[in-house]
Amino acid sequence: MEWEVVIGLEIHAQLATKSKIFSGASTQYGAQPNTQACAVDLGFPGVLPVLNQEAVKMAIKFGLAVGAELTPRSVFERKNYFYPDLPKGYQISQFELPVVGKGELTIELEDGTEKVIGITRAHLEEDAGKSMHGNFGGHTGVDLNRAGTPLLEIVSEPDMSSAKEAVAYMKKIHALVRYIDICDGNMQEGSFRCDANVSVRSMGQKELGTRAELKNINSFRNVERGINVEVERQIELLEEGGTVVQETRLYDADKNETRSMRSKEEANDYRYFPDPDLLPLVLEESMIESIRRSLPELPNAKRDRFVQEFKLSDYDATVLTSTRELADYYESALKQAKPSDPKLCANWVTGTLSAALNKADLDITESPVDAAKFAGLLSRIGDNTISGNIAKKVFEALWHGEGDSADTIIEAQGLKQVTDAGAIEAIVDEVIAKCPDQVADYRGGKEQIIGFLVGQVMQASKGKANPAQVNEVLRKKLTS
Amino acid sequence: MHTKSLSELSTALHNGDITSVALTQHYLDRIKQYNGELNAYITICEESALAQATDADTQFKAGTAGPLTGIPLAHKDIFCTQGVRTSCGSKMLDNFIAPYNATVVEKLNTAGMVLLGKTNMDEFAMGSSNETSFYGAVSNPWDTDRVPGGSSGGSAAAVAAQLAPIATGTDTGGSIRQPAALCNLTGLKPTYGRISRYGMIAFASSLDQAGPMARSAEDAAMLMQAMAGFDERDSTSVDHPVPDYTTDLNTPLDGLTIGLPTEYFDAGLDPAVNDTIQAAIKQYETLGATIKEISLPNTKLAVPTYYVVAPAECSTNLSRMDGVRFGHRCEDPVDLEDLYTRSRGEGFGEEVKRRIMTGTYALSAGYYDAYYLKAQQCRRLIRDDFVAAFKQVDVIMGPTSPTTAFKAGEKTDDPVAMYLADIYTISTNLAGLPGMSIPAGFVDGLPVGLQIIGNYFDEARLLNVAHRYQQVTDWHQQAPDAFAG
Repeated sequence: MEWEVVIGLEIHAQLATKSKIFSGASTQYGAQPNTQACAVDLGFPGVLPVLNQEAVKMAIKFGLAVGAELTPRSVFERKNYFYPDLPKGYQISQFELPVVGKGELTIELEDGTEKVIGITRAHLEEDAGKSMHGNFGGHTGVDLNRAGTPLLEIVSEPDMSSAKEAVAYMKKIHALVRYIDICDGNMQEGSFRCDANVSVRSMGQKELGTRAELKNINSFRNVERGINVEVERQIELLEEGGTVVQETRLYDADKNETRSMRSKEEANDYRYFPDPDLLPLVLEESMIESIRRSLPELPNAKRDRFVQEFKLSDYDATVLTSTRELADYYESALKQAKPSDPKLCANWVTGTLSAALNKADLDITESPVDAAKFAGLLSRIGDNTISGNIAKKVFEALWHGEGDSADTIIEAQGLKQVTDAGAIEAIVDEVIAKCPDQVADYRGGKEQIIGFLVGQVMQASKGKANPAQVNEVLRKKLTS
Repeated sequence: MHTKSLSELSTALHNGDITSVALTQHYLDRIKQYNGELNAYITICEESALAQATDADTQFKAGTAGPLTGIPLAHKDIFCTQGVRTSCGSKMLDNFIAPYNATVVEKLNTAGMVLLGKTNMDEFAMGSSNETSFYGAVSNPWDTDRVPGGSSGGSAAAVAAQLAPIATGTDTGGSIRQPAALCNLTGLKPTYGRISRYGMIAFASSLDQAGPMARSAEDAAMLMQAMAGFDERDSTSVDHPVPDYTTDLNTPLDGLTIGLPTEYFDAGLDPAVNDTIQAAIKQYETLGATIKEISLPNTKLAVPTYYVVAPAECSTNLSRMDGVRFGHRCEDPVDLEDLYTRSRGEGFGEEVKRRIMTGTYALSAGYYDAYYLKAQQCRRLIRDDFVAAFKQVDVIMGPTSPTTAFKAGEKTDDPVAMYLADIYTISTNLAGLPGMSIPAGFVDGLPVGLQIIGNYFDEARLLNVAHRYQQVTDWHQQAPDAFAG
């Protein structure tokens, strides 16, 4: 039987506010356990939550960025369950009326086509603390530093039909939340994580199959592997005549398998109801408008502009706008380079620079060659001071900090391109004299041999001769 | 010294006729003498009280004292007091030393008041007789075989027996007004949002409100002045200007329209209590008021609505009492489930458990619409009744409680009978309106309270209406003989 895969994601993005969503305690990561939990976070008797308006603004930013309906009057509710890392015995979340309603996001698939993924909703909630089963003399430790950290839970429609699509969507949301500066996207620290709802159905079937929810996957790679292994499990089960049960499953990356955490029957009745300690969240039109005006250019708009303004290919524009930092780097380098050549800059950013960053496992913001230095290099390529090959050497030198600008390296290492016609002609003459066989072949009609001769000239000039000029002089001399 | 009003005490302190230390010591002595009999206080803060009094006395010398400086008071043990046990009348919090001050506590500290101690109360404010306290029942100073009302029964008994000049209380369904009525006090439950709930241990968050329990409207106005105001730490507190509650106390009542809801004078009202209330209303006519019969047709919904909303909210408010971070923890839990069930099973009393279970049920999947949602709709109807009524009248009057103080143990086995003790007070909490109870006379030597309900943020008018009555009557000046000396 042919199977169709249906995937929906619930992404938890930790909002980059300075303080918690309902208290003044810091959200800084990595502090000593329980040093960033005030009486409110600890759920002491008598304390009350006060909503952090910055978190609200960030939720609005997200809503605007995915073209979503914003709920004029949304409601915080209590989600009730007992757990030691949940101090109040309930989590303050949004249930029936989330702050962000229906929106959508376009993702690019590997074959270059686009797909629109529906966003069902996004709501504000507080994170829980962390239970630590370490060395506590048989006890469980509870660290409440994370309790009350603001989260935006972004729920998609079940619009994805492969693990690859799910990853593409997750990456797009990841880039977007960083673009609009509402989440640092740090997956190791848990700032960005997701649950995947996975089901399969026979091809053409209308109703959705029974889904399993994979909990708390915190890397793109694990999302892809986890979904794939879960899809395989479900298909195998169905093909053997079994049925999928609705349950929460854990993906174990070490064993590359999913296993049951709890079934629907065991699921909590969360007894949601509006939190009487908080007023409904009313969004003023004027506030939405001012946030709309302050929104940065969004990834898709930026990509379209790169195509139009810089005449880049769709592919280059998409790569360059994949993160805001990369796009900023590109634009900054392009602006500072003289002459300013968009295509040259794009080739160098997506080529040499990206390769070096990948190899060193660095982010663009950590690049040893900043945009200004990079622009200096592009300028010397653009004005023919150095050739492309020499430029790679200069880049290497810049990368390793062997000079503080392209110019100083070119100067110090004598890499300046030879464009003096007389000097080039002298080398060409030398090469012609040294290679009578190849010259005869060329003159006999074997034109491709010119490449060899150009190479000889370049070698003789230690790469410094201008290749175009060499080509031209050689051809002239050989046909005369 | 203990028969003086707040303003008399204030004057005496400012004039140097007495010191705050002497005044505080006097009350501490009275507490030592009588608290054994009444059980009004759970915790007595002798040392810190005298230290605060000493501070107050230096303020008088420095000329920085305000109207409440140096005056002792008692806080209901529901308000968090830094460094002092805050038990909420429960075994669950018997070991809980609050790490911070409630906003109300902070404000009254700033005003220079002296904290004598923390008063007894029904466990987590759930009760109408002060018999559900882990620390034992409180006796009514007018008849120690009878209950003082609840849940602010300790505050009521303390002020009535003059073991404190004034006290704070909280009112979720009548917990200030009903004990005030049963102990011959003036108690004010302000508009919801008028006083910060920060640091006041929540029973039912959408209904709870703090207020003064005093021996006169004037005293209540003075304390109210220091308690009221917006607090950015409480999202439900309202940013509404606080008037001067004392300036209009004496405004004549000519032209005042008083509404009497027929529903508040029903078959459940004790005839002798009714006679007392009718006499008080006559008195208001002589003070220039016009009486108008009105109807609050949804009154019958109030008790059932309240007993869905309040338990629902309390069932989750009390979830934090889990034995993990503070409060009672069972001995040697074998696992997490055991830790939760035994800590909570041992820490909570019967009435609290009853309400947690009722509330949990009302919020459960499949029952939510039928109970919680329906109750919210009823709540709106009840509020709309009042909104319509206040288009015709300035204040509403009626009995605070259907009977005078009942005997201890009389209703403890019948929760529904106990719930009906609050039948006239619950509606105002559901509507968020301010309500008062003032002394209106006696039946068989037991006090009767007249309830006055006002429009939103109309506390100044309530205090004025109460004060004018107290200028022509002396019910509020009566004190129980057994504790007079």
